[in-house]
Amino acid sequence: MKTIIVIGNGMVGYKFCEKFIAKNNQSDFKIIVFGEEPRPAYDRVHLSEFFENQDAKALEMAPKSWYEDNGIELITHTRITDIHRTQKTITSVDEKVYSYDYLVLATGSSAFVPPIKGVEKKGVFVYRTIEDLEGMLAYASQLKKKNPNARAAVLGGGLLGLEAGKAVMDMGLEPHIVEFAPKLMPRQLDSRSSQVLQLKLESIGLNIHLSKATNQILGNDGYITGMEFGEDDVLNVEMLIISAGIRPRDELGRTCDLEMGVRGGIVVNNKMQTSDPNIYAIGEVALYNHMIYGLVAPGYDMADVAANQILGQTESLMSDEIDMSTKLKLIGVDVASFGEPFMPASKGHSIIFENKTQHLYKRINVSLDGKSLLGGILVGDATDYNMLHQIYLNGMAIPEDPAQLILPASEGGASFGDVTDLPDEAQVCSCESVTKGQICSTIENGEATDVTGVISCTKAGTGCGGCKPMVTDLTNATLKALGIEVKEGVCEHFDLSRQDLYKIIQVKGYTTFNEVIDNHGNGGHGCELCKPLVASLMASINADTANKEYAIQDSNDRFLANIQRNGTYSVVPRVPGGEITPDKLIALGKIAKKYDLYTKVTGGVRIDLFGATLQQLPLIWKELISHGFESGHAYGKSLRTVKTCVGSTWCRYGMDESVSFGIELENRYRGIRAPHKIKGGVSGCIRECAEARGKDFGLIAVEGGWNLYLGGNGGATPRHAELFAEQIDNETVIKYLDRYLMFYMRTAKPLQRTAAWQERLEGGLDYLKDVIIEDKLGIVDDLENEMQTLVNKFECEWTQAVNDPEMMKRFNHFVNSEEEDDNLVFVPMRDQKMPEPWK
Amino acid sequence: MEDILNKYTTTELDNVKVWFKAALVSDFPVDGGACVKYKDKQIAVFNFNRTQTWYACQNLCPHKLEMVLSRGMIGDQGGIPKVACPMHKKTFSLKTGENLNGNLEAIATYPVKIENNIVYIGFSE
Repeated sequence: MKTIIVIGNGMVGYKFCEKFIAKNNQSDFKIIVFGEEPRPAYDRVHLSEFFENQDAKALEMAPKSWYEDNGIELITHTRITDIHRTQKTITSVDEKVYSYDYLVLATGSSAFVPPIKGVEKKGVFVYRTIEDLEGMLAYASQLKKKNPNARAAVLGGGLLGLEAGKAVMDMGLEPHIVEFAPKLMPRQLDSRSSQVLQLKLESIGLNIHLSKATNQILGNDGYITGMEFGEDDVLNVEMLIISAGIRPRDELGRTCDLEMGVRGGIVVNNKMQTSDPNIYAIGEVALYNHMIYGLVAPGYDMADVAANQILGQTESLMSDEIDMSTKLKLIGVDVASFGEPFMPASKGHSIIFENKTQHLYKRINVSLDGKSLLGGILVGDATDYNMLHQIYLNGMAIPEDPAQLILPASEGGASFGDVTDLPDEAQVCSCESVTKGQICSTIENGEATDVTGVISCTKAGTGCGGCKPMVTDLTNATLKALGIEVKEGVCEHFDLSRQDLYKIIQVKGYTTFNEVIDNHGNGGHGCELCKPLVASLMASINADTANKEYAIQDSNDRFLANIQRNGTYSVVPRVPGGEITPDKLIALGKIAKKYDLYTKVTGGVRIDLFGATLQQLPLIWKELISHGFESGHAYGKSLRTVKTCVGSTWCRYGMDESVSFGIELENRYRGIRAPHKIKGGVSGCIRECAEARGKDFGLIAVEGGWNLYLGGNGGATPRHAELFAEQIDNETVIKYLDRYLMFYMRTAKPLQRTAAWQERLEGGLDYLKDVIIEDKLGIVDDLENEMQTLVNKFECEWTQAVNDPEMMKRFNHFVNSEEEDDNLVFVPMRDQKMPEPWK
Repeated sequence: MEDILNKYTTTELDNVKVWFKAALVSDFPVDGGACVKYKDKQIAVFNFNRTQTWYACQNLCPHKLEMVLSRGMIGDQGGIPKVACPMHKKTFSLKTGENLNGNLEAIATYPVKIENNIVYIGFSE
């Protein structure tokens, strides 16, 4: 038995273990891993997510038990202080000695702190570990108590610095980015793309200061109060995060006399061996080809090479050319660069597409003969990245007019580049080094039959996740090529698509989940995917409320309320069009006060009452109903609100009565259950105060009627609704909307909103007009009748529930006790209450 | 915080010392779950009516430590009976307690028996 000691339990150190134990002939080796941090390796690339959820476990590469299960001894919270090469031993900080046969140095890097006067002041942080982040959070929350408008700066406008800027925003401080260079992300972006990025970031509230050299950190009583750039040039900040680059953690190499780079880093050859053949170095501590590579993908490749070398596979070598392409989402903005992003004019031509109003920039660099792609930069929209990157990596042919590669696909023109054109050796997942050939062969050998299978066989897509769309496309294309029908089944219990199930339930008239799964499923009990789907379909077809067969409803529908962070619920009564009488407002206020509910106006112009326990829900609703309220279906995949501006009733610019029409529409479509939530908006003039174009359906009053817009939404992928019909009257609006919504309910995929559904309709908006206005499919009468039936059958499900003692049984925390959940803890916040924060 | 998790440990049928009489079969939803209070514990009990089988586990989801699992949707994955937490849809095997779609700690499970239409849960103390 030989011993491998891995010093460093970061992403690359972990990857070495993972790769090593997956190889053949590794059973003769024992691995001991030392980590300096208190917890096992975590995903540093996604560190900023910690600010969103403070869930350190979610970032873990693998839980502690994984090391145990695989026979790896993991010793965290322990720094190694010495290497004795002649004895082949190491000493830990607690003075224990361990012998090794092979040593792998994966000590990574630390944040570089420039020698600025005053940098030791309290409130100055680096951005590197979870402990750093915890320190920042604690400090920021103290700051905000003293000054809710406190400012924090990030020193460094590179990739990590901008991530840290996002963290500052998430902490609720005013964010400032200070960069020494005259542009952001100087290593990845050219000046123009950097400007586009800057405009975008400024538009979301980041303050950016370029060409600033910090002379000193100002302070008071040992705490930072500002940064001084020059005489009279001071930025007042109460917190500073330094993100000015990294320095390899190479001190162990230095003290045991390994060959070192002039500016740090432990020199390795293409076997990842240091100057001592029994000692390997991988990741950010390794100096390979005179370079430190600060990206995960080359680090993972190094881990693989080192593992192979130790196992005697001497032909496994690190390649000479390392791909430094990156794609990431910075504060919600796509940024990507690949190949040679800045190319001298002598080597080729650049094609640049820039649209500052939309914060878009695309540049590709093409060889002088116009035949190959040398590199490029994308800001604002990186959907083309995967394909461009593949074309670049594989030296694939490019179109005669290379501009087609980045210009928006023109009407009718096929977009260039299809995954199936890639050569087999094309590396699709660069984090895990998975090629197209490997992905396709898992399907061809029958190892995998769907995307989930491919991912678990190859690990493709488990790193940064950027290649997932490509893996999905490749999987589907391969299945298709093999003549295997790409499963559109909703889950393992049904091979049928949502649309198929819709038809079956409609034709057969099923009314229970058991009928559907017994007659058309693959056996079993169903699951959290198919049960709510079948419930929703039966509701769309039969106008059932969620009270029918409540155990198959999505858990929010089951309790007719939205579950909140601590397991309590929110209560949202319907306020059609946002119009509410003073009496009803008073009633809401009294009820909220009586039950001590946190109260907030929602984005959908109504009032949300938070913190109701299960037992309180029916009591609260009884009172609301007695004041004339009804369910607002805020929990349902159904109509939420129709937002309105005040319109011609009061507004001096109003062209029509937007409130009246909004109320009519909201009352018409309330309670109707659809594949996803639906929102509407009605504006009284083109000033568009109701933001109707950001809704699934939107109306804007114009001279001579309404303009109808369809398929918009906010959310993760905001999209403006498309103009569908102009200057139509109220009656026509309702006719078109009935048809549109019903057609959507019949044909969309599960949990697909109108925007995504509309975008994927073959033939697009023109086809939709053919179906809805021209009645090309001959179905508009059916659609209208089906909708009218749903409208006629509407019943408030909360009124149903509170009037039925049997239904009321659902709303108890315990089945054998009247007590409430004793695990609930609330803390005060701004004169109201909130659930205790998650640990 | 760990204390609350430590309250719950899997009880094997062989180690049952107390059969706690929880409630009537009819008090539980068909193909769904409800929560039972036993001493200072909250136990989620699920009625898989399609196969006439019952399962019990801690009500505490180990992800965010909230008492919510009994309100989750039940079903199966490849034949393994499971519950999906209503918070973030983390799924757990009701046979072994294992987290089926992630790396969370396993949840504690408890034996259930039905006699004369009464649901009993087995505890070791």
